[in-house]
This record gives sequence, C-alpha cells and structure tokens, in this order.
Amino acid sequence: MVLSGKGGVGKSTFSAILAHGLAADEAKQVALLDIDICGPSIPKMMGLEGEQVSEYSNYVEENLGVMSVGFLLSSPDDAVIWRGPKKNGLIKQFLRDVDWGEIDYLIVDTPPGTSDEHLSIVQYLSAAHIDGAVIITTPQEVSLQDVRKEINFCHKVKLPVIGVVENMSGFICPKCKNCRILTLIFLLSQNESQIFPPTTGGAEKMCQNLNVSLLGKVPLDPQIGKSCDKGQSFLSEAPESPATLSYRNIIQSKSDNHSAKASSQLAALLFRTFIYCRSMLFCHK
Amino acid sequence: VEEGSAKEKSNLAGVRHILLVLSGKGGVGKSTISTELALSLRHSGKKVGILDVDLSGPSIPCMFRVQDNDVHQCDSGWVPVFVDQDKSISLMSIGFLLEKPDDAVVWRGPKKNALIKQFVADVAWGDLDFLIVDTPPGTSDEHISTVEALRPYKPLGAILVTTPQAVSVGDVRRELTFCKKTGLRVLGIVENMSGFVCPHCSECTNIFSKGGGEELAKHAGVPFLGCVPLDPQLSQSLEEGRDFIQEFPKSSAFPALTHIAQQILDGTSQRSS
Repeated sequence: MVLSGKGGVGKSTFSAILAHGLAADEAKQVALLDIDICGPSIPKMMGLEGEQVSEYSNYVEENLGVMSVGFLLSSPDDAVIWRGPKKNGLIKQFLRDVDWGEIDYLIVDTPPGTSDEHLSIVQYLSAAHIDGAVIITTPQEVSLQDVRKEINFCHKVKLPVIGVVENMSGFICPKCKNCRILTLIFLLSQNESQIFPPTTGGAEKMCQNLNVSLLGKVPLDPQIGKSCDKGQSFLSEAPESPATLSYRNIIQSKSDNHSAKASSQLAALLFRTFIYCRSMLFCHK
Repeated sequence: VEEGSAKEKSNLAGVRHILLVLSGKGGVGKSTISTELALSLRHSGKKVGILDVDLSGPSIPCMFRVQDNDVHQCDSGWVPVFVDQDKSISLMSIGFLLEKPDDAVVWRGPKKNALIKQFVADVAWGDLDFLIVDTPPGTSDEHISTVEALRPYKPLGAILVTTPQAVSVGDVRRELTFCKKTGLRVLGIVENMSGFVCPHCSECTNIFSKGGGEELAKHAGVPFLGCVPLDPQLSQSLEEGRDFIQEFPKSSAFPALTHIAQQILDGTSQRSS
C-alpha cells in the first residue's frame, strides 16, 4: 500500500516504478490497484490511457495487471463527483469483482488524506493481511505535517509502516552537473539546489522522532516526469543499463518469504536501485 | 430553523467576494496560491479571509505560522485566527481545532460535511473584501458540500491550479467538468511550478515540463492567469510563515503572483461597475 497525507508528492510515480520493478521477475504476478477515484493517474503513467475494462484487469506486461477508475470513464474530462459511500462501493467491487488471478504482489495506490478510501481499503483487505504501507513525502514541513498524520492513521488502523520515502529531495541542474553526479545524489552538495527546503530536518528527522525507517531520498529529475507523462517504464527505456540488471538481481535474490521484514528489505533495496537507475539516466542524457 | 438561517446570513453578509481555489491533483500549490493571493490582496489594501476546507491535510495554519493558535467562541460564532494585529487576514482551518498537530482526522464523508457546513455558517468573519476557500484535491465530499453550502452567497468563481505535467493537467480537466456540473464559474487556470532557474548557472529547467496549463485553458476556453515558476525563496518563506509578497519583490515568482491578484481585482471591479 502506498500512502501519503499530502497530494502530489509522488505516490503514483513510486507505485508505477515499484510495479515495473517487481514485474521484472517473470515468475511473479504483480497487480497495481489505483483507488484514487477522483484523480486516477495510474492509467496515464502505465501508458494505458483510453483502455476500457472487461471483467479482467488491464495488462501492461504479461505479469503486471492494472485496475483503476480511469478505465471506467468514457472521456478524460469525465469527473467522478461522488461522496464516500459510492467510492467505498467501487473499491469493494475492485477487490471482489476484478479477476486478478493468482498474484504475488498487490500494490495499492491511494489518494491523499485519511478518509473514506483509506478506511475502506484497510477494512476490506484486513482479512487478506496487508504487508504494510510505504509512505511518501517531500522535504517541506508543510508536507511532513500531513505525513505525520498519515503515520498516526496507520497506527490507529494497525497498518504496519514499512518506511518513508523522501521524494523531490533536491534538484541537480542538468547544465552544470558534472561527473560527480553519483555522489551528488547521495550527498547533498553545493550544486544541488533545495527547491523544497527541509526547514525542520526533512523526512530523516521525522523518521527518527516517530521511529520509522527512511527508505531513501530521491532527487527531482525532469526525466521521471516525462516518462510518467508518456507512460513508459524507466527500465525498458534503458534496457542495457546496469540498473535494469540490478533490479533483476535484487528481485531474484529476494527470498520468497512474504513477511513484513522481507518486504521492507525489498523496498529498501528497490529504492536504492531506483535512485541508481535515475542517476544512470542522467549520465545517458 | 429560521433563526439558524438568519444567523447564517449575518455571518457571511459582510463578505463581498468568495473565491474557491481548486485542483483535481494534490500538491500542485492550492494552499500556496491561496496564501500568496491573500497576501497580494492585502498588499492592495483588501481585507481577506481564508477558509481551509482540507480536513485531512490542512496546510494554511502552517503557511502563516499560526498553527499553535486556538479558535475562540463569541456571540455570533467562531472567531477566526488573525495573522496580524491589523486583522487584515483572518483564517479558519481544522488545524486550529486539533489538540495535537499530528492528530489524524480519520473521518468519513458525513462528518466532514457537517464540519464544512459549520465552517460556512458559524465563523464570524466580519467585514471582508475577499474570502478565499482552499480545498483538498479531488471532486468529492468536501467539494460538493462546500459548493452547496456557499451557493446562497453566490461565489465569484473558482481558480484552478495545475502543474505543467500531463498527469496533473488530466486531473484538472476533471475539475473543470466538476465546475461545469455544479455551475461554478471558472475565473481562470494558474500553472504552478513551471520551470526552475538554477541559482548556480541561471539555466532554466522545466522540471515538470511546460505549457500544460496554458494549453488546457485554451482548450477549455477559460482565462489563463499565468505561470508561477518554482522558486526556492517562495517555498522557504511559506515554510517559515513569512510574507513573501512583502519581502521578495525581486524574486522570479513575485511578478507572476501579483499579476494573478491584479487580474482577480480587475475582474471584481469590472463586475461591480
């Protein structure tokens, strides 16, 4: 489950990349469920805009299925102006009536907040045992404040927090970057501009205070926004890059153990690769 | 019941114009635009109120650095929180009603709707030139309730905020449909986070691509109010609750923000004349 109290911090971007990453292992069945009813972004990011549903989910690749309210709308201008109960009904239907087949991973992309959609999905999935939630934030206090609420929400509904990802952690100017780029990404250097300044210590401090693990920090990258708009996968865009290989390695070396601990390790590893993958894209440009 | 509706009238009777700030997408800068618009309007000598109806993620108190204030009760209802001594900007948000700032408001629709109705009816705004309503992302409970509750007061219209990417513009198209369906006038579209000027080499990079908002405005036949660039000074001053309009007149986002406020002011003076 991918959560954030704040909107526009990269929940869908992370969900899409995680789905692609997990599906790189052909033996695993991955499903991505988008429960952002009013603002579904997943169809566009997965390159499935304009597709319609049958009772099966749409497939990006053979082992990666996607379901979103976006597939049920007849035009991209259609607004879903629904109150809570109707949204809950649809979420229930997504879980019950979509023929997902046998799946190893179900990634749930959520809307911002702590309301109907979140309560419903946790409630409906409680029987199935949720591994936990990945929480996305940006470094500003305004965003962290909402994310703290989200962590409290997780505690309230007894949803384990796998960890926090700090997105848009900084920006490396593509013009004055140099070959120090790899270290630049991991160490905040002077060439990196803080667009969203972490005035209160960013996600790192918050994680320490709340005793949850920080999975990684991801810098802003114009390329990632473009890939999402076009619905491409990072991995297939640079198939020869070592990043793609390491994605596969990680997923292979991962044990088949579905415990929360294993998945948290997986998420951390995926994130490191994800950051690496992005840095490679920088170098290719 | 009669007494109730009479009271309702009196609480918003002194408010001249009501504006809504909407976006289908989250994190595009609705609260930022609401805040800066309020500051710009104050700069032109107006009295402004902001009603924050984002119940699960209120940002307005933090952006003005007044998150520790409480709401008090008076004869005519709730007293809004004032940002300054002159009482030129007043705020109401669920953030002021929480015991601890990290408390999560885990509410389903009906409870949210009840609070929004109370926010519209029971806040003693006094005399205001503008009431800006900052909303959560989406087209759901909060939005339907706010528009319904405000309908008797004939809101001026809505400002739609987007970032330039297709993913965000897509959600704002849905918001436009929402406005059409609920009969809310669209005052215009603002494209936020449009380009970033590197402070080291002054190269402008379009982090989130460019032009999506303007294209959408053209496509939908609504006014385009302008592009606001990504500006570290702007996000910094919002984090610290400082008055950006007062302190950074030379920054790259300043002209864009004041231009938006000016267009709103022009629109209202045309309307009244």
